[in-house]
Amino acid sequence: MADAPKDIETLIEMMAKLPGLGPRSARRAVLHLIKKRGLLLMPLADAMHAVATTARECLRCGNVGTADLCDICTSEKRATGEICVVEDVADLWAMERAAVFKGRYHVLGGTLSALDAIGPEDLRIPQLVTRVADEGITEVILALNATIDGQTTAHYIAEQLGDRVRVTSLAQGVPIGGELDYLDDGTISAALRARKAF
Amino acid sequence: MVDWRDEGALLSVRRHGETSAIIEVFTREHGRHAGIVRGGTSRKIAPILQPGAQLDVAWRARLEDHLGTFTVEPVKSRAAAVMADRLTLAGLNAATALLAYALPEREAHPQLYARSIALLDMIGNNEAWPLAYLRWEVALLDEMGFGLDLSICAVTGTSDDLAFVSPRTGRAVSAEAAGDWAGRLLPLPPALMGAGQGDMGEIAQGLRTTGHFLTTQLAHSLGDRPLPEARARFVDLVGRAA
Repeated sequence: MADAPKDIETLIEMMAKLPGLGPRSARRAVLHLIKKRGLLLMPLADAMHAVATTARECLRCGNVGTADLCDICTSEKRATGEICVVEDVADLWAMERAAVFKGRYHVLGGTLSALDAIGPEDLRIPQLVTRVADEGITEVILALNATIDGQTTAHYIAEQLGDRVRVTSLAQGVPIGGELDYLDDGTISAALRARKAF
Repeated sequence: MVDWRDEGALLSVRRHGETSAIIEVFTREHGRHAGIVRGGTSRKIAPILQPGAQLDVAWRARLEDHLGTFTVEPVKSRAAAVMADRLTLAGLNAATALLAYALPEREAHPQLYARSIALLDMIGNNEAWPLAYLRWEVALLDEMGFGLDLSICAVTGTSDDLAFVSPRTGRAVSAEAAGDWAGRLLPLPPALMGAGQGDMGEIAQGLRTTGHFLTTQLAHSLGDRPLPEARARFVDLVGRAA
């Protein structure tokens, strides 16, 4: 990697640390950016600088925003009395893409994991319990992954919240566009258990 | 090239890089064995790699002591059956975490394997599961070399009225022989001896006793590493259900 100037090599090394990129693809990306300096490189640099100086975690929900409280937490329209609990910000963004949920969120920052020694104190569960009490929440929707760790976390949260609030979780079953032949037996049995009148 | 094929229960999954996973499987003939699953975080394979799942695994490496790679085929998924019940889910977490914690790598334990698979296959039978778990912990202690001797009283030699376990030797003590020392002994509920159906109170007592030996004997032999938190959560749930 000694064939490019030091600054460009540094940029390539940094880009190579991004998900989905290795040294070769980072090199290609950097060369492309340099060729499109005005169109891509400068706007990208400006955008990255702006995000680097302003991006922060929302103090209330854990979402990523540019102020102490994110747009969702400050919006009065989102004060519906419902909180949707998600594992990380990517899940929150996925929910927002669906544009169905109109309430607020709470990002845990992970799931309980015995293997990785992640306990309740490492997640934002105490903050959730406080929010439920302080914000007049009527329903907590657990939108956690349908994995062993995700559901262990969901049960733990439900236990912590007790009877103070209605706790629900996302349904499990056949995905839209899914074909039964390709589904694992666990998903099929969950879908059959949760069948509904047609 | 070294390779073999076996069947086993998945104990743990850890993400490796962007697309792969390192898994630990408790196999019938090769014991607890780790390996990389290429593409293990993909949408196709990740749902298969849930702790407790029964897998058909093929392991391959250039040298015997390499980590090696697994190719996996699902035999039986157990995740869906436990997700709705927090006690069973906690029990599954405790069993897989304890196996990952206690078993030496690459050492076959066919009897414990059979007991463990039998336990995992009881998932869904929520009433019988906690008692089966307690008896499985007794089998785990036995397999690891810290078996309890609950057949006769260590003091009098009688097999009647056994009510306690010595915390030092793991041998049974009758109520009569315990006398004033009863407060210092561990409880020996009938469920721990394989008698009766065992209610939650008995199971909680039994878990207190096995927990003592897991901590003082097994954990001590493993360098006093703390027991998996998953077991404490399961014991807590059983205690509250008692």
